[in-house]
Amino acid sequence: MNRNRWLHWLIAIALVLIYVWTFWDIRFSGIKETAGKITRSIIQGIFSPDWDYVYLPDGEDLLRGLLDTLAIAALGTFISAVLCIPFAFWAAASRNKSMALSGAGKFVLSFIRTFPEIVMALLFIKAVGPGSFAGALALGLHSIGMLGKLFSEEVENMDAGPTEALIATGASRLQVLWFAVIPQVLPGFLSYTLYRFEINVRSATILGIIGAGGIGTPLIFALTTRHWDRVGIILLGIIVTVTLIDLISGYFRRKLA
Amino acid sequence: MNAQTKQLPKPPGKLKHALTFVIVLFLLWGSAVQTEASFGRLISGIPNMWDLLKEMFPPNWAYFDNIVNPMLDTIRMAIAGTTIGAIFAIPLSILAANNMVRSPWVYQIARFILNLLRTIPDLLLAAIFVAIFGLGLIPGILALAVFSVGLIAKLTYESLETIDRGPLEAMTSVGASKLQWIAFGVVPQILPHFISYVLYTFEINVRAAAVLGLVGAGGIGLYYEKTLGFLEYDKTNSIILLTLAVVLAIDYFSTKLREKLL
Repeated sequence: MNRNRWLHWLIAIALVLIYVWTFWDIRFSGIKETAGKITRSIIQGIFSPDWDYVYLPDGEDLLRGLLDTLAIAALGTFISAVLCIPFAFWAAASRNKSMALSGAGKFVLSFIRTFPEIVMALLFIKAVGPGSFAGALALGLHSIGMLGKLFSEEVENMDAGPTEALIATGASRLQVLWFAVIPQVLPGFLSYTLYRFEINVRSATILGIIGAGGIGTPLIFALTTRHWDRVGIILLGIIVTVTLIDLISGYFRRKLA
Repeated sequence: MNAQTKQLPKPPGKLKHALTFVIVLFLLWGSAVQTEASFGRLISGIPNMWDLLKEMFPPNWAYFDNIVNPMLDTIRMAIAGTTIGAIFAIPLSILAANNMVRSPWVYQIARFILNLLRTIPDLLLAAIFVAIFGLGLIPGILALAVFSVGLIAKLTYESLETIDRGPLEAMTSVGASKLQWIAFGVVPQILPHFISYVLYTFEINVRAAAVLGLVGAGGIGLYYEKTLGFLEYDKTNSIILLTLAVVLAIDYFSTKLREKLL
């Protein structure tokens, strides 16, 4: 009991020190005087959005930007869903494999997960030029980290019974894979892929900030040129799209489960 | 014999699967067209990519002196944002839990607000706050705070709804006030979960804070554009390595703490 109290005091002191360190140096004086005015303009912009921007007959408009965003997310998710399968089997711990091997796979996956997608997009822009393709490649590579981890857990939780039964009847490795492994892991794989698609739609909306396609490019442009009503309609568009995608994807995931 | 065949379950329809497959393929093909994806460009881009990687190694070790302070700013931003978010998440999570608030109106509206907060990515929030407040740490902290409120409050209200009713009913039966009811019945049950969610959100926020600088919201992200703009890829690599090291270290400690809590 006494030791516990000491521990509590120690945690409390550490917390106080951390917070003093955090807030000591932050300058609150650098705020622009126009902050209030701009906030009002943005809120006004959100409530009286630039409806004309939804569809323009020629060139860049909201619908095309959102479509581009969805396409980046879909392509990125597909790339990662395919590429992560070997990683998943690598990282999955099973009886006939050394701990070091699966541990190495898990480390590689967590390394990929930690690498920010926006930085990956910056590097892909250098390779294939600015545009949606660079964004899709960045999302595809980054998502391997999370999908590979989730897929490998699915493989680990697989029931060994069907596999053993098939081996006992003399099935080839391909037959074991086709009739025992795939039917067991497929629903989980598909469900996680849909979940990642939801995340990727959100990520794809920000890729445009650095020029990797999608709705982020016109948003940043509208922000810097102070077209607040356009900022409003783009924000509305993002909110509606993300919510709709979540609803649709959630419906399919419940069906899969 | 005949009766037995009737009892056998029907195999799932092949047509439905085939149709789903075709639709997914069609959507992917459409996405590839929309993003102007091409293997040719990817393959012709590989030498560029290789050159980039060659220039990134070895990393510029001396540059670490310049980026340690921005990295500390990044961590500060994450701590401040998470804390502000956590404070505002407390009332919102109580309002959103259907065993704390009786009226469905209140908890449905609270949940709607939480969902709305989580639809906008933190980098976009940061871009908007930069437009409002100007460059610096403040817009970054606010963006992280807004995002954190949504996440912490959602996780907390879902835990709140599964707490044990026993202690609460016991407190009510001995005539506890509403404040006592919360302090002795609800808080002890929810506190470990709440702290765990705050730590989890902090992990996410450190990752997010590392790139917020790209839109001018302070921290280490600012230095990506600086070094990439001057084609100093060895310095970019130093930034990436430092970020990875810090994020992995924070993740490790935070996960250990969370395991102890629950």
